[in-house]
Amino acid sequence: MTNHWVDIKNTDLVLIMGGNAAEAHPCGFKWVTEAKAHRKARLIVVDPRFTRSAAVSDYYAPIRAGSDIAFLGGVINYLLGNDKIHHEYVKTYTDFSFLVKDEFAFDDGIYSGYNPEKRSYDKSSWGYQIGADGYVITDPTLQNPRCVYQMMKAHYARYTPDLVSSICGTPKEAFLKVCEMIAGTAASDKAMTIMYALGWTQHSQGSQMIRTGAMVQLLLGNIGVAGGGMNALRGHSNIQGLTDLGLLSDLLPGYMTLPGEKEQDYSAYIEKRASKPLRPGQMSYWQNYGKFHVSTMKAWYGDAATAENNWCFDWLPKLDKPYDLLQVFEDMNNGAVNGYLCQGFNPLASAPCKVKVSGSLAKLKYLVIIDPLATETSEFWQNHGEYNDVDPAKIQTEVFRLPSTCFAEEDGSLVSSSRVLQWHWKAAEPPGDARGDQEILAGIFLKLRSLYGKEGGAFPDPILNLTWKHRQPDAPSPEELAKEYSGQALKDVTDPKDPAKVLVKRGEQLNGFAELRDDGSTACGCWLFSGAWTEKGNLMVRRDNSDPYGLGQTLNWAFAWPANRRILYNRASCDPGGKPYDPTRKLIAWDADTGKWGGSDVPDFKADSPPEDGMNPFIMNPEGVARFFAVDKMAEGPFPEHYEPLESPLANNPMHPKNDQARANPAARVFKEDWNTFGKPDQFPYVGTTYRLTEHFHFWTKHARLNAILQPEQFVEIGEDLAKEKGIRNGDHVRVRSKRGFIIAVAVVTKRVRTLDVDGRKVHTVGMPIHWGFMGVAKNGYITNTLTPFVGDANTQTPEFKAFLVNIEKV
Amino acid sequence: MALQSLDIKARSATTTPSPNVRAAGAIPVAKLIDISKCIGCKACQVACMEWNDLRDDVGTNVGVYDNPRDLSDQSWTVMRFSEVEVEQGRLEWLIRKDGCMHCADPGCLKACPSPGAIVQYSNGIVDFHEEYCIGCCYCIPGCPFNIPRISKKDDKAYKCTLCSDRVGVRLEPACVKICPTGAIVFGSKVDMIHHAEGRITDLKERGYSNAGLYDPQGVGGTHVMYVLQHGDKPELYANLPKDPSISPLVGLWKGVTKPLMSLGIGLAVFAGFFHFVTAGPKEVEEEEKTD
Repeated sequence: MTNHWVDIKNTDLVLIMGGNAAEAHPCGFKWVTEAKAHRKARLIVVDPRFTRSAAVSDYYAPIRAGSDIAFLGGVINYLLGNDKIHHEYVKTYTDFSFLVKDEFAFDDGIYSGYNPEKRSYDKSSWGYQIGADGYVITDPTLQNPRCVYQMMKAHYARYTPDLVSSICGTPKEAFLKVCEMIAGTAASDKAMTIMYALGWTQHSQGSQMIRTGAMVQLLLGNIGVAGGGMNALRGHSNIQGLTDLGLLSDLLPGYMTLPGEKEQDYSAYIEKRASKPLRPGQMSYWQNYGKFHVSTMKAWYGDAATAENNWCFDWLPKLDKPYDLLQVFEDMNNGAVNGYLCQGFNPLASAPCKVKVSGSLAKLKYLVIIDPLATETSEFWQNHGEYNDVDPAKIQTEVFRLPSTCFAEEDGSLVSSSRVLQWHWKAAEPPGDARGDQEILAGIFLKLRSLYGKEGGAFPDPILNLTWKHRQPDAPSPEELAKEYSGQALKDVTDPKDPAKVLVKRGEQLNGFAELRDDGSTACGCWLFSGAWTEKGNLMVRRDNSDPYGLGQTLNWAFAWPANRRILYNRASCDPGGKPYDPTRKLIAWDADTGKWGGSDVPDFKADSPPEDGMNPFIMNPEGVARFFAVDKMAEGPFPEHYEPLESPLANNPMHPKNDQARANPAARVFKEDWNTFGKPDQFPYVGTTYRLTEHFHFWTKHARLNAILQPEQFVEIGEDLAKEKGIRNGDHVRVRSKRGFIIAVAVVTKRVRTLDVDGRKVHTVGMPIHWGFMGVAKNGYITNTLTPFVGDANTQTPEFKAFLVNIEKV
Repeated sequence: MALQSLDIKARSATTTPSPNVRAAGAIPVAKLIDISKCIGCKACQVACMEWNDLRDDVGTNVGVYDNPRDLSDQSWTVMRFSEVEVEQGRLEWLIRKDGCMHCADPGCLKACPSPGAIVQYSNGIVDFHEEYCIGCCYCIPGCPFNIPRISKKDDKAYKCTLCSDRVGVRLEPACVKICPTGAIVFGSKVDMIHHAEGRITDLKERGYSNAGLYDPQGVGGTHVMYVLQHGDKPELYANLPKDPSISPLVGLWKGVTKPLMSLGIGLAVFAGFFHFVTAGPKEVEEEEKTD
């Protein structure tokens, strides 16, 4: 979240799209009810289904799954066409006036530089025009046809209300009503928040859906303000922490990136990431990349990391390709993976295309499951009748189950969607032989280290030299790990302006990432978390909910990254002169007397930079401003464009009916064999979409009796028209089939799933909750991901669970 | 069993007066369920099961979200989901938490023939004391809301207690404590009516011109009330009765039939006695002995 849960109470309008907050985040949803109660806020829900969120909304608009960019592109067109934008904000704080390279082009759905064989782009033309001074060339009059404003206006002018309605199946008047409500928040004293979740991320163009939402928010001046923002609602209690700590395969902690295989040179690696400012006077905070990187390497390798060996840069893996979930299972399926450590993860149920995942696991020599529960993955080799019809005699994979603790059986920090690191304490002893994850991993590590020590091996250095200073080496404590990620001075850290002044003494905990150095004098496991555990102690245990400004910022409650800031980009809540756009919701302001920024939040800005210096709010971007034009950061293009899901009920993309290359996301990675596993609408005419229910949490709570009582048995939801067409009555058992397999479940026939008019025809949706499987105390069911396609978002490779093709019949 | 802090105001099948020496007197309480804020998450069902140590069967899906399907001895509250189109083309999903309404004039208590099996506390809560329940099922037709359920395990009647054990020690009912959106609130009945007024004003401002409070006077008002978006059409909410009242059969039983029957029983006893003193004990015939 750019903002935080409590801040939602400060909004005037909530847009829930690509998510279902009331259903999936019922506790956080309370802040929507607060905003409705105390600010008379309105709630809009745009969703293929009339959800539990829609049940308490002020306005609901249906949409075909997978068509969100068309909808939001239409909103952009509406805002620009009706001049409902925050003029000063977009002109000053975004790239509106920046000129785009002349070589950049967009032709019938495809951007310049496309290679259809590789399904990827050469992005060299996707950039701004750079002047001789090294800065981006701008046109403050916004008249130049190559300026971002003009190009964006032309790009989205194609998204007319009629076309949006035809692609999305949203009635035109409903679409325009939503546009009108959204447009009202362009005023300085109005804010809209967007709450989204997996309904946007789980598409082959999911990242671009989120980007389009962010562009709407920027046009309205709703980023960086109280009650505004782009708010990703994370599903797992600590999934925010997972990405923050760099557990994605191409990341290092704190959103630093692993080098690619061509990046063998350390200084080139750093230089590429430590971006220099692209406009005069801008901060470009990633210039400090080297400090973060070196401090991480010092945390990992201690004295072994030296300036001479480039802080062990050579020990880092260099990626030939991303090793995301889909890639790993593709490799496993191709027999290139021998063993798999599966920690807190149930891929047989959670990954797409069960038949492929199951077949891949069967090719492993060994599979290690670290989990509190007996998961479907841990039992993938067992025959469970119709629900898992495998022949154990043909599966040679050796499976080790290492029972671990669950969150309530251990101490530690969790990072919430609000970016708040909050400490929690063990509530119960784990059952039986269960051990904490860090104990299990420590055991594996110590054994491996001892084997490498004895036997050498191809590349023992990174294992033998890994820092392991735990008082109990086989049981690292959460406190030790937290201190490590927060950071420590290895030598006295001095003030750069006054080298005689010692800021932090050797051996002390750092106060924050501003104290990190690239000379090896600091160690920090995750620069973003720096300051969570200082010499004052563990700030994550703080529970002071005092709220002197009444905005719910509670700066003394636990610790938020970065630097305890609660609302990111909060400088943008003030006009260029440093005055809050909305004084009633003041986050920060410039105080000329003290020469500092201050207020209800920690300034996300250089605290002593006066407004007249012209530093802009988006300090992480080298431009200092927010980008409508994504330059080379996205896989499929600088402006989001609507593409159909890989499996779509339409034969072509109505935006580009004659260009087959632009039917689905041209940059989505599809493995060769998987092309044959995609269905066509003649056999699979209905849109399938999967989701979660309030009563359950992923595949866990079917093991809990109370949850099983509340939602005992697998079902799918269909509309009344489709039910009538297929002779299906409420409560009948139905078989839902995709090209990849089938499931059988109870049919819930409901008005809440509507037939949509799309591109001149009727499109039906089949909705499928995911929670069932063949383990646990709920009624056994089929794994819903039997049906889903093996393709992901072009940028993140998050699987396309939200839009695919199925057929349905009464059993 | 009543607590010291829960004075009993009325007791089933009891003619002796209730205790009334305590000076302060309890404040009538109420639970207010605001259906316009309810997201149907069923956390209240879980809280109820956990607090009261109840575990219903793992059931089946019959084509609706409602689970468990109905109230039972193990499920004292359930969510009832209704899909309605009050305005053409505008779908609404009305989700009503169903359970005992704690009537000010409780039909169950009136119908109950077993002394003390059903009580009403001075704060308005109607409670079943199962140890006195004889399993006669009279409370079922006595209830205008179809709430009490007889256990197959012990043949006794069960229903929501409004967490009288929590309220008696100044805690809110478990469902109120857990509700994540504040759709269920609890306090004095006066305060709850006041809170409801604010909610109704908000709903009217959002276009629900018939929003209203459900506190049916046919049962003397209730200590569980609803805020309804469509106050004029409570039947939209899974057949919430519009004008509930106690079944006339209960009135008949208590009003005319019961004294007549008591008289009948008395006459029968008297006739038996008279027969005994005039005719003596019954002589058993020889033939009957050999049967």
